[in-house]
Amino acid sequence: MRIDRRIIKNYDWITLTIILILSIAGIMTIYSATRSPVTEETPNFYIKQIYWLVTSIIALILTTGFDYNWLRRFSYIFYGIGLMLLVIVLIIGKTGMGAQRWINLGILSFQPSEVFKIFFILAISRYLEEMNRQLNLKILLRLFFTLIALPFLLILKQPDLGTSVVIFIVFLALISMKGLEKKAATIIIIIGIVSIPFLGNILWENLKIYQKNRLVAFMEPEIDPSGIGYHINQSKIAIGSGRFFGKGYLKGTQGPFRFLPEKHTDFIFAVLAEEWGFAGSLFILFLYLALIMRGLDTARKAKDEFGRLVALGITTLFGIHFFINTGMTMGIMPVVGIPLPFMSYGGTALFTNFIAAGILMNIRTRRFEIFY
Amino acid sequence: MRNSIHERIIIASYVVIILFSILLIRLWQLQILQGDEYRRLSEENRLRVIKIAAPRGIIYDRNGIPLVKNSPYYSVSIIPAGREIDYSSLGRVINIDSETVSKKLYNRKSTFEPVRLKEGLSFKEIAYIEARRSDFPGLYIDVDVTRQYLFGEAGAHLIGYLGKLNQRQSQDPDFKNLPVDAFVGQWGVERLYDKQLRGIPGERIVEVDALGRELRLIAEKPPSKGEDLFLSIDIKVQQAAEESFGDRTGALVAIKPDTGELLSLVSRPSFDPNLFAKGVSQKQWDDFINNPKNPLLNRALQSSYPPGSTFKIVTALAGLEEGVIDPETKVTCNGGISYGRWHFGCWQKSGHKTLSLHRAIVESCDVYFYEVGRRLGIDRIASYARELGLGKESGLRLVRERKGTIPDTKWKTEKRRQPWYLGETFNASIGQGYVAVTPFQMALLTSIISSGGYIYEPTIIALREKPQMAKKLNIHPENINEIKRGLYGVVNEPSGTGWAARSSIVEICGKTGTAQVIGIKKDSKYLHEQHRDHAWFIAFAPCEGPEIALSVIVEHGGHGGAAAAPIAKRAIEAYIKSLQENNKKEVQKEGS
Repeated sequence: MRIDRRIIKNYDWITLTIILILSIAGIMTIYSATRSPVTEETPNFYIKQIYWLVTSIIALILTTGFDYNWLRRFSYIFYGIGLMLLVIVLIIGKTGMGAQRWINLGILSFQPSEVFKIFFILAISRYLEEMNRQLNLKILLRLFFTLIALPFLLILKQPDLGTSVVIFIVFLALISMKGLEKKAATIIIIIGIVSIPFLGNILWENLKIYQKNRLVAFMEPEIDPSGIGYHINQSKIAIGSGRFFGKGYLKGTQGPFRFLPEKHTDFIFAVLAEEWGFAGSLFILFLYLALIMRGLDTARKAKDEFGRLVALGITTLFGIHFFINTGMTMGIMPVVGIPLPFMSYGGTALFTNFIAAGILMNIRTRRFEIFY
Repeated sequence: MRNSIHERIIIASYVVIILFSILLIRLWQLQILQGDEYRRLSEENRLRVIKIAAPRGIIYDRNGIPLVKNSPYYSVSIIPAGREIDYSSLGRVINIDSETVSKKLYNRKSTFEPVRLKEGLSFKEIAYIEARRSDFPGLYIDVDVTRQYLFGEAGAHLIGYLGKLNQRQSQDPDFKNLPVDAFVGQWGVERLYDKQLRGIPGERIVEVDALGRELRLIAEKPPSKGEDLFLSIDIKVQQAAEESFGDRTGALVAIKPDTGELLSLVSRPSFDPNLFAKGVSQKQWDDFINNPKNPLLNRALQSSYPPGSTFKIVTALAGLEEGVIDPETKVTCNGGISYGRWHFGCWQKSGHKTLSLHRAIVESCDVYFYEVGRRLGIDRIASYARELGLGKESGLRLVRERKGTIPDTKWKTEKRRQPWYLGETFNASIGQGYVAVTPFQMALLTSIISSGGYIYEPTIIALREKPQMAKKLNIHPENINEIKRGLYGVVNEPSGTGWAARSSIVEICGKTGTAQVIGIKKDSKYLHEQHRDHAWFIAFAPCEGPEIALSVIVEHGGHGGAAAAPIAKRAIEAYIKSLQENNKKEVQKEGS
């Protein structure tokens, strides 16, 4: 591979620094959250995460090493592979925490729906880039039924409500950024408003009990502090008890003493906020804001439409995960199983997010290569 | 086209900033505005204060014999901590039905609050639960202190028992620092001296995880044992007295005349306080409440009876002091006197012929005392009765007492709105009619007479030194001595009514009494038990320098001399023996 000097010069060091800080903060918090207060031994979650981080960094470097237009060429093939994986996971997948989400590869298990998010963004961007005018209803319907409906249902079937919601919002974000005809926009909004109670009902009927409980708990966490509202309350206690300066690293109690469930995965922000307080949480939140803003800036500066749409899609992906996850730990969003990007424990998600960040960096780095 | 997507990206960044601001506001609210509150909640999660019950002070009798023992009381509790619990398998392990388990768990305030599932576990149950504890995180066995009452029924009314804090007590600041499930004194001395006996509970502050496992000891304050208590009663006298009652209903009160210490307080039937200390069941409680003989009633203090002939002591003393009679005054008894339409009989229908005061006391002639009463009038009798401690509470504060009734003309007008009739004076003179006294009051009266008019504050606590006299009655010593000679005769002279109390080891003085339950006197053999007379006996011993003064009543026991005197004798003999043993021990101690 020929290394262009301009690539080194324009390399997106800022994004790389941000995600590295977040990942390291994540590993530190995973260690603290899972340390055992009784024995000296700490479960090896943090070790596994370090291995995944190293793997992810290598993957990121490789991702930034070639022009992203190569991805453009293979985007539909990737999409097809992703779809196949989603079907496979429903057949031979491993069940955990009430959902069939993992494919077991012997030494590690991986979650196809995570990887699929990227393939999905690539495919839609590819589809939309060729549209030279505002999207009308016909195009939208075709797009919906060819690329969105099937994976949406497959993921919902696992069930993974969080990821289905994420890909749907990414889809909405991309079409509205691309630009909708007034008529199409109006109709989408009307359909949206009209179908909320209707869809809500169907959705409610098909939810598993734990999912229903989470929604009820979100509406009224005080109903039964020991049951469904327990999770939210313990998370708020963890965050609130950090006060301004926090209890100090490895001094938190909500996580390691098991008061807070899913402490090292979806609720890792609560553990961080307990130990580092308002000051530490603010620092982390601003890193995410910077990451999102830089993503939007990358989209604005991208050299072509495909790059712009992919950058927007990935930034939306990060943004949705960030807002829903932190909002949920603070009790202003319902509890849906959405991890915090770069920080939550989980190999596939970390790997996927690094590749996504790599693509983002790739687009930024190559923004001047107009004459490719 | 290109411009508009740029504009939309800028709009998107505003949306991001707005959402971000909401997060910041929320974070500010949780960590800064409500931070202290959440810090407190997290500490409540993490820290548990475990109260350690203090060992209770031991209760001894006057000779240092322990009457109670502290014993552990095991319970099983669970801290649910938000976990799902299989009620039926948990119920199987602790042997209660799953509905009770779910009901108990449903009523809790917080998921970290321990829920008591079962109490009073046997060692077998503890072993069974311990073996299966790992299946139920948060399940633990804890221990309180309760009592074992070493003498069972003997002295139960005096010693009392422990029970769980009741609703009213848990709001009382006196009980504030106790563990929720603590045992406290609920009856008798256990209740009265609860504060001294209780001690100060200790505290352990431990760090716990959500499973209720104790991770680390943060602070510990050991409990301090309660003060021991030495009662004035002699448990041997108490036991002897209780045994001699057998199945009969009644009471016995024994007082040490030169100090006012209670040597024994019996109320029969009694109850086993160990039942209460193990946490009495509803059925057992109902049995107590519905028992027609009411074992929980302290008859020594809470029941009043007509004193019958034992009251003649009062009439006689009043007569001598007021000068209406002297020891030589003679009255002729023909088996009764007539007054208007009414006839007042003597118990000896054939009459006692002509007799002096001494023989009148010894043979308990009713007619003699009718005459004394007639000469005195009711008001003078009543005032001596009150001087001798009748008609008022003991001051022991053990239970809510009966005061009894000492009638006089003022009482009659106030209570009955009727004038006093002479016939009523006759009845009162021999302790019948309106007169009502508690066994305790009669024991106190006996004690005052035996000591020659010295009154000491009655107490149930053993005194280290001779107490200050409360009062000396302003009575001529020769008059009291005359009465005492009479009481000696009752037991020790021919045709004395109290011969059944005669003892080979000590000289006993006493007076019998037979209190009518219904108006018409019939031969007691043919009456139903509930219509038979109450049998009284009051006594002190030795006659010179008395060590013990007592009163005995046997409800529906018939004649006092037959039913009550033997009980008095056994109690007195037990005490004299106990004194002799103690003297021997002291001599040995001094010798060595």
